[in-house]
Parts: sequence; C-alpha cells; structure tokens
Amino acid sequence: MIRLDIKKVLFGAKGEMLLNISLDIKRGEFLILSGESGSGKTTLLRILAGLESAEGKIEVDGEVWLDKYISLAPQKREIGFIFQDYALFPNMSVEENLLFVNRDLELAKHLLDITNLSSLKNRYPNSLSGGQKQRVALARALMRRPKLLLMDEPLSALDPKMRLRLQEQILELHREFKTTTIMVSHDLAEIYTLSDRVAVMEFGKIIKIGYTRDILLKDSNSLELIGKVLSIDSRDIVILVGRDIVKVPLNGLKFNVGEAIKVLINGSNLKLDTL
Amino acid sequence: MFELLRQIEWTPFLISFKLASITTLILFIIALPLAWYLSWTKSKLKPTIEAITALPIVLPPSVLGFYILILLSSNSLIGNFFEKYFGIKLLFSFSGLVVASIFYSLPFMVQPIQSGFESLNRNIIEASYLSGKGKIETLFRVALPNIKPSILTAVIITFAHTVGEFGVVLMVGGNISNETRVASVAIYELVEIMDYKMAHIYSAIMLIISFLVLIVVYILNKRVGLK
Repeated sequence: MIRLDIKKVLFGAKGEMLLNISLDIKRGEFLILSGESGSGKTTLLRILAGLESAEGKIEVDGEVWLDKYISLAPQKREIGFIFQDYALFPNMSVEENLLFVNRDLELAKHLLDITNLSSLKNRYPNSLSGGQKQRVALARALMRRPKLLLMDEPLSALDPKMRLRLQEQILELHREFKTTTIMVSHDLAEIYTLSDRVAVMEFGKIIKIGYTRDILLKDSNSLELIGKVLSIDSRDIVILVGRDIVKVPLNGLKFNVGEAIKVLINGSNLKLDTL
Repeated sequence: MFELLRQIEWTPFLISFKLASITTLILFIIALPLAWYLSWTKSKLKPTIEAITALPIVLPPSVLGFYILILLSSNSLIGNFFEKYFGIKLLFSFSGLVVASIFYSLPFMVQPIQSGFESLNRNIIEASYLSGKGKIETLFRVALPNIKPSILTAVIITFAHTVGEFGVVLMVGGNISNETRVASVAIYELVEIMDYKMAHIYSAIMLIISFLVLIVVYILNKRVGLK
C-alpha cells in the first residue's frame, strides 16, 4: 500500500502552480497518470523517486519515505525508474547495465530471457534500436526487485507496432513481478490495455480518478472522433476523419480551415465491419 | 650538427617535463572531486568557488607569483609548516615550483572536467542513484567512464600549460640550474646574455614538442569521440 499526500509549488510554462496530490495505491496495482503536458506528472514521479523535494508525506508498505522529518535518499527507496530517454549507461554492455544495479546473475539471466535480450547481452546501448533500449531499461529497473516501478512515458518514442509489443511485455512482467506501478501515458489504447486505474491530472491536481474501464468506456451508442477541417464554403464543410475525407452540411457553425474538431457520431446505427 | 646537439643542455627540458608530470598528476587528484562537486551542487557558494578556480586565467602571472611567494615564504604559515615538519624550503626549490604550478594550472584541469560532467545526460546520473549507488561510486563507475574526451583534454592541456609557464616559475623558483631552471626560463636567460643561437634551438625544441602534444590531443580526441 502506498499513501501519498504531497504539495509543491512549481514554476512552469504557465506560471506558478501548486502541485497538490493525495493518492492511495494498492499493492500490485497498475496506475496510469494521464493529462496535458505541464500538469505535473513527471514531477510527481520524481518526487516519489526522491529526485525532487516536496512537502507532505509518502508512505510505502508502512515505511515512511517522506514526512516532516524524513526524506529518504533515492538510493534508499526501492524504486525502479524508467526515463523517457531510457538513460542506459553508455559505457556498459546490456548485461553490465543490469548487473550494475544488482549482481544477481540468475535474475539478470531471467530478465534478459523474458525480454528477448539474451542474444544482445554483450552489445552496447549505442548499437541498439529504440525498442531494444526500452527493453533493457525495463529489465534494469526490475533488477532491484523494486517496491514501486515508475515509468515516464516509456513508449512515447516508439513506432506503433513496437509500442504494442512492449505493452505486452510490460503486462507480462507486471503479472510475474506484481510490482506496484505508476506510469505516465497519453495513449488511450495503452491506458486501456495496461492499467487498473487511471488518474487524469490538470494544473497540478487530479481531476478524475477511477477504474480504467469506468473512465474510458463510453456509451456504445456514441463515438467521438477527431477531424481536421480541410475547406469550408457557404453551406458545407470538408473534414479529414481518420483516412476519409467527408463533406458535411455546416448548419451555421463556425470553424477555421486547419482547425482540429470533434466529430460525434450518434444513434443506434453504429456498425462495425472487418477491413 | 651533432656537435651542436651535444652542446644542448637538456636539464631544463627534463625539469620542465618532470614539473608538468607531477603537477598534472596531483591536479587530477585535486580537480576530480572539485569538478564533480561543482557539476551537481546547487550551493550559493558555487559562483565564488568557480571564480576563485578561474582566477589564474585572468591574473597576470606576476601577481599570482607574488602572492605565492608571500604564501610560501618561511615567515608564512604554510612555508613555516613545511620547513618545520618536513624540512622542505618551498621558495626557490623544485617543491615550491610544484605548489605554484598547481595554483597556476588549476583552472585548466577543473574546467574541462567540470564541463564534461555537466554535459553528461543527468538521467544516467539519476539512474545510478536510483540503482542504489552513492555519489562516489556513481563518479567512478558512471560519470568518469563517460567523459573520457574531457579527461584527456584536461590532462594534456594542463601538462602543456605547465610546460609553458614562465612568469610564476621565475618569481617563485628563480633561475637555479638543475633545480628550478625550466626550459622557458632557460630561453629567457639565453636571450638576456644574447646567445641567440642557443635561444633559437631551445625555442624550436619547445615549439616542436608543443605542436606534437596538441596534434596528439586532437587525434586522440577524435578517436575517443567516435567510439
């Protein structure tokens, strides 16, 4: 069980902002933090890791990591952290990156096996692809058998196919190690696939939190798509939705060319078909 | 030609290189923790420490030499301490030259190493902390191995700069043959007694050695940088 209640004044792009988060996370839970950039998600992860100071309290399985008197150093918090840019040690091979954390040869071998990295264990990070680096980062983060795994948009730099494969791998590792996980993500499919709960942050606060399905699943009778306005004349508007270009009556609404707009499809005649 | 080469007194060159080697070694040991500290500290003292470190770059060597002269004299605390407990006279001796050179070349060692540390991806340093490693282990196992070009630059520039020093050496060490007469001082003396032929030869030797040192730095840096 992780309990946190923290406050910190941040100076961001939008001026001064109070990060004020109160959250309970169950052991083994997978929580995803979502929300606009600059809403304090990364800072929250860094505070949990002990990389940034804050006021308040952090308690993990009954152990105090932060309160008025204590602020445990990052070294003492049993945390696995995955940075957006992977942050692998360039001077160490894949295997050495893992063993640097913990000289547990057996665990390293096991993690290299399940992340399909065994054949690459003697390679250096500079010679790996993005997806491979990400798997090394994931394996390295688990070498400490952390109480808490923190991931800051770990898949954002990968192509969609790679993303899907890594989501599966993350899920597999989560099932095996049952590590309590907090991950920052914006990708709806990713949130849906991976998380038990999702918290949406805005301007330093959690504005919505709940079970992923409750938050994400919509009434099946409506669908919201994003479209881009291509052209407008007096009566009609031409929009790019997905890979289709459609012409719709304007009905007196005002849009600008190039603007991204919502396209709502309502009614009971929502139909599905294979491609 | 061979007759001429036989006439050359090599001792000043040997003293120059011995001085540069010892200074570089000691400075590396001093500068490493200092540069590491400066690279991550958020202390309000940082600009002051950085300014003090950089002073030898802007101070005239005579000013620096004068203060070191005062600092090392038998009447001062440091000079007195060394004389009393180690029996070492710092002024007009090789040991004094080493102390003076350490002050004089300090920025040339600290600054490249510090900027090397600062250019490192902060995340790999933090990743090391999060792996449970302390600052010292992180320094030696993560930071240092990843700034090899900066280390190489620092060491060679410090060495070359110490070989090339003149004003400070002259003020603190004087011109004692076989003890403090380094190559640059020897050339100065040759010009003073108007032995232009020898001055030419000495200067040419210094020029060639300095050029070779710099060529080696650039070639090595290119190689290390490529890896």
